[in-house]
Amino acid sequence: MNQTQGMSLIVKTTSRIILWVVFLYGLYIILFGHLSPGGGFGGGVVLALGLLSIVLAYGRSFTLKWLRIARLEKAEAGAPLVFLAIALLGALFGGAFLQNFLGKGSLFHLYSSGVIPWLNIVIGLKVGLSLFLVVWALTEYDPEGGDEE
Amino acid sequence: MILPSFVIIPLAAAFLITLLARRDGIGAALISLAATAVTLGFSIYALVGLGGATLVYNMGGWKIPIGIPLVADSFTVFMLLMVNLIALTSLAFSWGYMRWLGSDWKYYALFMTLLTGMNGVLVTGDLFNLFVFMEIALLAGFALVAFGGQAHEFEASFKYAVMGGLSSSLILIAIAVIYGSTSTLALAKIAEAYPGLGPGLKVWVGVLLLAGFSLKAAVMPFHAWLPDAHSSAPAPISAMLSGVLIKTLGIYVLIRLFYNVLGAPAIFLQVFLVLGTLSILLGVFLAVGQWDLKRLLAYHSISQVGYILIGMGLGTTLGMAGAIFHAFNHALFKSLLFFNAGAVEMGLGTRDLRKMGNITRLMPMTAHSSMVASLSISGIPPFNGFFSKLVIIIAAVQARQPVFGFLAVIGSLLTLASFMKVQRYGFRSEKPAEPLGQRIGWSMNLAMAVLAVLCVLMSLLVLPGIREGILDPVVSAVMNKTGYAALVLGR
Amino acid sequence: MTLYLLCFALFLVGLYGLITKRDLVKIILASGIMGYAANLMIVLFGYRRQAVYPILEKGKPAVAMVDPLPQALVLTSIVIELGTTALLVALAVRLFRKDRTYDITKIRRLRG
Repeated sequence: MNQTQGMSLIVKTTSRIILWVVFLYGLYIILFGHLSPGGGFGGGVVLALGLLSIVLAYGRSFTLKWLRIARLEKAEAGAPLVFLAIALLGALFGGAFLQNFLGKGSLFHLYSSGVIPWLNIVIGLKVGLSLFLVVWALTEYDPEGGDEE
Repeated sequence: MILPSFVIIPLAAAFLITLLARRDGIGAALISLAATAVTLGFSIYALVGLGGATLVYNMGGWKIPIGIPLVADSFTVFMLLMVNLIALTSLAFSWGYMRWLGSDWKYYALFMTLLTGMNGVLVTGDLFNLFVFMEIALLAGFALVAFGGQAHEFEASFKYAVMGGLSSSLILIAIAVIYGSTSTLALAKIAEAYPGLGPGLKVWVGVLLLAGFSLKAAVMPFHAWLPDAHSSAPAPISAMLSGVLIKTLGIYVLIRLFYNVLGAPAIFLQVFLVLGTLSILLGVFLAVGQWDLKRLLAYHSISQVGYILIGMGLGTTLGMAGAIFHAFNHALFKSLLFFNAGAVEMGLGTRDLRKMGNITRLMPMTAHSSMVASLSISGIPPFNGFFSKLVIIIAAVQARQPVFGFLAVIGSLLTLASFMKVQRYGFRSEKPAEPLGQRIGWSMNLAMAVLAVLCVLMSLLVLPGIREGILDPVVSAVMNKTGYAALVLGR
Repeated sequence: MTLYLLCFALFLVGLYGLITKRDLVKIILASGIMGYAANLMIVLFGYRRQAVYPILEKGKPAVAMVDPLPQALVLTSIVIELGTTALLVALAVRLFRKDRTYDITKIRRLRG
């Protein structure tokens, strides 16, 4: 995959515009995960696809300069620790692991359902970053070990 | 709070390692050693403090049938002890061994993920949660088999992953059928609802579960992935895979499902007996002709799992005691044998028995512990293998199935023959060995010494006083069959 | 009832592909099909007659809904299979680099 030039100009411009719409859509699915279908997993996949469209359109070397992959890897490893921290907080305040300790709120509001939206955000971040980094590792050419999820 | 920590601690360690890793992996090794020591300490505490009781912990505070319960009865605690002990010794061995292979924080992160998965399978009381943890452990296992970057490792890992995928799909279909007919996923509730199902459905569920989990346990005829995967993996990973992974994912789940949930229907016990005998005989026949040390050990794993299956299939208390005892013993001596193979590979640079030489002078700890392990696996007194095999054979005779006992004895004799071959050609042959590789570090020697001592000590488990304390609560928890459901739901 | 049988037939198609195909990529696709068949069967078991999707909306009365638990199970299962497929693809790519072929009859280093 020798993509130093990337794809044509039309593809590059379109993907640059579409990227932010895709991010918005992914964030919508994650944040409204407790009110409509989707949640962390599906929204995370959409986020990853947004990032991947940049890799496909622009090529590897450009994406290396634009995104800081090392920071993404640190964020990807830190997200489950945040999840565990929220779960342990549930144990401290509620009495059991992963117990709900925020208010349940009222129906159909965005800020409701206790701890679930925060968990959705963490999961969305983790799944999106993992998927992107796995496909990123597959595009490497040197014989290196591929990172798993 | 102790039950979730069996899962939380290795998981947190895995992600901490990914976050904080430096290039050389010393910090990673220390974090994983600390985490495994803590879980081992917890499992010893649980064994001592539990007595015969059953602990139930509801995740998130949601009660059954809405929530996911974590259940620990004596069987779980016994297996937890086994898993964490072997994990700790494997980590000690890896400290020295992975320096040779190029130690990497990825190895330790994957190792911790494997431990998370196995601990999770052992403590959970919910069927789908069991599936998720099993997949976590398997994914880490696939990645670890391919660790090292050589082509035959990739092929072995691919075969393992594809077969694992097949068995996971079968298990998913079984979960679908179970959920469709009983509307619950908690193991205790399924145990309650199971007698009310139609007979065709009962058989279907049993067959699907048997097929799926037997592949994980490498029972004949689902064993085809094991020789490649276990011989291509790095030695401490082979020890973990052969010693504990096929026990937790395969044997523990089979016992838990078929005894505690399905209530041990007689037709499946017959199937266990037949498959177990097939595994013993075919495994040991295929092993005798091998010249590659690790492949030979892998075939012996298949054979020894057959003994455990015979114990499970007999359906009596003595048979189950023999099966569980043999599972623990096999974890000990098979891990020790794989450690020896790894040490020989590191010290002599080869795995082929014809090219090895006499290592008693060069690597004394390896030579002597391999003699201990070989005698244990062949069933020679006073080592632990003798006692567990004796219990299984006596149980077979007592249950009026002497044919299986006889075949088990034949398998034992052939095992002795193949290990005498290992010793004769490999470790104690006439020509002295040329030291082609590195020296064996103190951590590897320590790991081997610990396991060898335990091999001898475990024979004490047959003595009446110790047996009642440790082994009998385990067996009674299993033979309680669907009484498990009452214990869990009563809390 | 026919739906369940068709689902099982899909599973058998995947199994057939797994056993008979020689190309690594086709084996990966076949195992994916088997996974999809299993997931589909789980969702099918959650169906209730004359029921709607299990989402409570503002203004609409709460009527009989299909079972949402299998849908959550399938979500988790899909993500797990995503991980397995990613691993298989990574292995296939590395095997291709070593052997220059995707044919499994030619990648036979392990014997016995």
